[in-house]
Amino acid sequence: MVGSPLQFLDVAKKFKRSKGEVQALQRLSFHLAYGQIIGLLGPDGAGKSTLMRMAAGLLLPDSGQVLVFGIDTFSPDNRIQSQIGFMPQRFGLYEDLTVQENLDLYSDLQGLNKEESQKRQQELLALTALDPFSKRYARALSGGMKQKLGLACALLRSPRLLLLDEPTVGVDPIARRELWEIIKALKEEGTTILISTAYFDEVERCDEVILLHEGQLLGQKTPGEFLSPLSNHTYLVNRKDSSRRQLQEELRFRQGVIDARIFTEGVRVLCMDLQIHPASGENWVPVPPTFEDAFVSLLGQKNVLADSPELPTRILPRHEINPEVVIEVNELKHFFGTFEAVKGVSFQVRKGQIFGLLGANGAGKTTTFRMLCGLLPVSAGILRVAGVDMRRASTSARALMGYVSQKFSLYGNLSCNQNLSFFSAAYGLKGKERRQRIDCALQEFQLSDYRDVNTDDLPLGIKQRLALACALLHDPLILFLDEPTSGVDPLARREFWQRVNGLAEGGVTILITTHFMDEAEYCDNLVLMSRGEVLAQGSPVEIRSKARNDVCSQPSMEDAFIYLIQEHEAVIRRFS
Amino acid sequence: MAPFTQKTGLMLTRIWALVIKEFLALLQDKKSRFVLIVPPLIQLIVFGYAATFDLNHIPYAIYNEDSGFASRELLGHFQGSPDFQQVAVIEKEGQIAPLVNDQKALLVLHIGPRFTSDLLLHHPSPVQVIIDGRNSNTANLALNDVNSIFLSFDTNWAADHNWGGFPVQLAITSWFNPNLLSRWFIVPGIIALLTLVITLLVTGLSVAREREQGTFDQLLVTPMTPAEILIGKAIPGLVIGFLEGGFIALVAVLWFHVPFMGSLSALILGLFLFLLAAIGVGLMISSLALTQQQGLLGVFLFLVPAIILSGFATPIANMPELVQDLTYANPMRYFLIIVRGVFLEGDGVSLLWPQYWPLILIALVSMISASWLFRYRI
Repeated sequence: MVGSPLQFLDVAKKFKRSKGEVQALQRLSFHLAYGQIIGLLGPDGAGKSTLMRMAAGLLLPDSGQVLVFGIDTFSPDNRIQSQIGFMPQRFGLYEDLTVQENLDLYSDLQGLNKEESQKRQQELLALTALDPFSKRYARALSGGMKQKLGLACALLRSPRLLLLDEPTVGVDPIARRELWEIIKALKEEGTTILISTAYFDEVERCDEVILLHEGQLLGQKTPGEFLSPLSNHTYLVNRKDSSRRQLQEELRFRQGVIDARIFTEGVRVLCMDLQIHPASGENWVPVPPTFEDAFVSLLGQKNVLADSPELPTRILPRHEINPEVVIEVNELKHFFGTFEAVKGVSFQVRKGQIFGLLGANGAGKTTTFRMLCGLLPVSAGILRVAGVDMRRASTSARALMGYVSQKFSLYGNLSCNQNLSFFSAAYGLKGKERRQRIDCALQEFQLSDYRDVNTDDLPLGIKQRLALACALLHDPLILFLDEPTSGVDPLARREFWQRVNGLAEGGVTILITTHFMDEAEYCDNLVLMSRGEVLAQGSPVEIRSKARNDVCSQPSMEDAFIYLIQEHEAVIRRFS
Repeated sequence: MAPFTQKTGLMLTRIWALVIKEFLALLQDKKSRFVLIVPPLIQLIVFGYAATFDLNHIPYAIYNEDSGFASRELLGHFQGSPDFQQVAVIEKEGQIAPLVNDQKALLVLHIGPRFTSDLLLHHPSPVQVIIDGRNSNTANLALNDVNSIFLSFDTNWAADHNWGGFPVQLAITSWFNPNLLSRWFIVPGIIALLTLVITLLVTGLSVAREREQGTFDQLLVTPMTPAEILIGKAIPGLVIGFLEGGFIALVAVLWFHVPFMGSLSALILGLFLFLLAAIGVGLMISSLALTQQQGLLGVFLFLVPAIILSGFATPIANMPELVQDLTYANPMRYFLIIVRGVFLEGDGVSLLWPQYWPLILIALVSMISASWLFRYRI
């Protein structure tokens, strides 16, 4: 395969860590075909970013060869650099420069000729729909727009091979769809694109998928080839008299079931063999397999199902489940100066519910969320959490809350144990009780191996587990989760949701924001926000039904999200 | 009383946890441990020896046109003084300029051809001193030293050659520092200087670092009140500041032999209040900053004027009035008076009240605004 856009031959790479070595890639061989979109998928620490950086020539292999269009990355030939575009996870935009200035800067840095780059910039601004914002500062762009600008900068040289490292992390569904439109347009132009992602729906849009695990290739096939062995193994299960969550908990531990997860109106089940095991009252309907099933069946068993069944209840005694309103929000407003970021939002959350707060980037959901946890003062309106008026006595309400932030904010140069000790004391735990809770958390969250490791050195999935453990030490009534799965690999996400579901079953009220629309399905109730207002609220089924129209009879959550927000913005545009 | 004590107990647990966490975060990291210990030590040694107003070994040249014994006697006074070092003897006027221009000699003594004969005739005789005035401060100090040598020559000569005594004799006695050693003045100032730098570095970044890493939100959602966070963040600064300040004071006494005349309790009280004020300012800067970079910039923005306008090197009384008013907001101004007062003047607590209460005021204002900013800085 001389001249393949990218070819790895027996590539191995080790990294030195403070303690010992990490084998990032082991004897990895593959090649890409021209003009395709190739998805790169694998759990955290599988070596995805290392692979990307090696393909870009930023890292050199310890042994083996990396060939880009037939040229070895070891050779000093700089033709490689002119043929690839690389967008790392966090693209280095200059926040204090405008969109146009960023593009100019990168054109100059890449030594492009003035006239050509002018023309190319115009094309790219049109492609990314950023031209109305060319004078805006990069720091003032939303997450999605920043990613698009980063992509535009990576595309300035019209690369023949484009490397995208998780370009859609933390990006809302609308912006994500726009990014994919751009990627498809690039494919039409004949560009080969290697994209790593944590979204299964994105994987299914790829022509070919490379599945990586612990630095080794598990397979390189088309999505269809990955799915075909699973046909007739997947079902949608319903039962009249029980909640989806209870049903899921039951099915997870049934003989022959590999995986069970909540999906639209029921529970999706992946079975080990073709025999099905319906219990009385259950309705099993065969459904086509998705890539998530393939991923779980290839990688998932050992990790996900190792959890003990009584996991959530042991750390948390059951709170009584009743229809009591735990969070009450009425005409809540927040002003930043004269800008009204939240415009009179109202909703109620009942005890033991999982309540989702959705919205595009900049819709005001983070502002609302921060007011709910007492991190931002309320400008106007009523906000009661656990019966306490947050405008007056937020301290007493805070003792009943747990909080996990987007970045899993823990003290990086403190060990797991020290973080747990600190947060337990900060929540007022003492003596024997405190030691018990910490031991319990170490055990239940499988953190014992990491107790003396500084949290900076932990993989993201473990950090997230520790953040959740810290937030649960004091047995909170309400758990606030702010994009707790952003950037976390699919397996860790599933494990996380198992815990959250268990907590909700135990009576803990959970308020969550997320950009993953499949996760929205796990919620009992949702609020969809746009431009500081509530667009729709209700159960996932109700929200989806609001988006049902002639074009789309069975809208997914993502379809509903995009439809409702675009509808709303069209109305605003008409009136302004 | 039971609920009250339980509440206080919880509060103390929380504050204690924060203090432990702050210490761990500061001392567990090799780099920050280094920053806290090594640079202050080096600065102490370097400043203690290098920062002095006293001139030693003033390089001078001689242009002597007189061949008599009087000029030799005068020059003998210079050669015998440890403050002066002869670098050249010149014969022509034209040699003077290059010596001074190249900074080989700070001053040139020009003795006229009639020096001895004038003196023997009981006529006063002028001696020309040509001095490099580029650094006016140094020139003044050198001139002072030259004057005192002339004075002692005059006195000797008058006694030996029956000129009769001068009608008025200047008898100078310097209180508190009899030999006018500038080290006695500067080293106690270093206590104030280094303590301020360390305290601001410890506290000035502590909130900013947490804000940048997002852990401050995590702290704010715990039941901790702003006052508890303030206390928990202040104690590590207080402990570290006390240790470093105490250590520097010990070095001042034991190594640099600066006399310690006053009461220890006056110094301890002063150091305590000064640290509170510095911590307050540090935390205020820190809670205004959103990133560590902003925090560091803020600390320096405060630190440089605080040192220059403190009276550490130049007297506050020499500054324009508007600037003098500004120095009332500077905690270092008060602590410098306290530390110098205690070391050299032997001041006790009662004499220093006018310095203590402004420090208390600065500490209160800055700490209250810092704890307000914790929550309301967006």
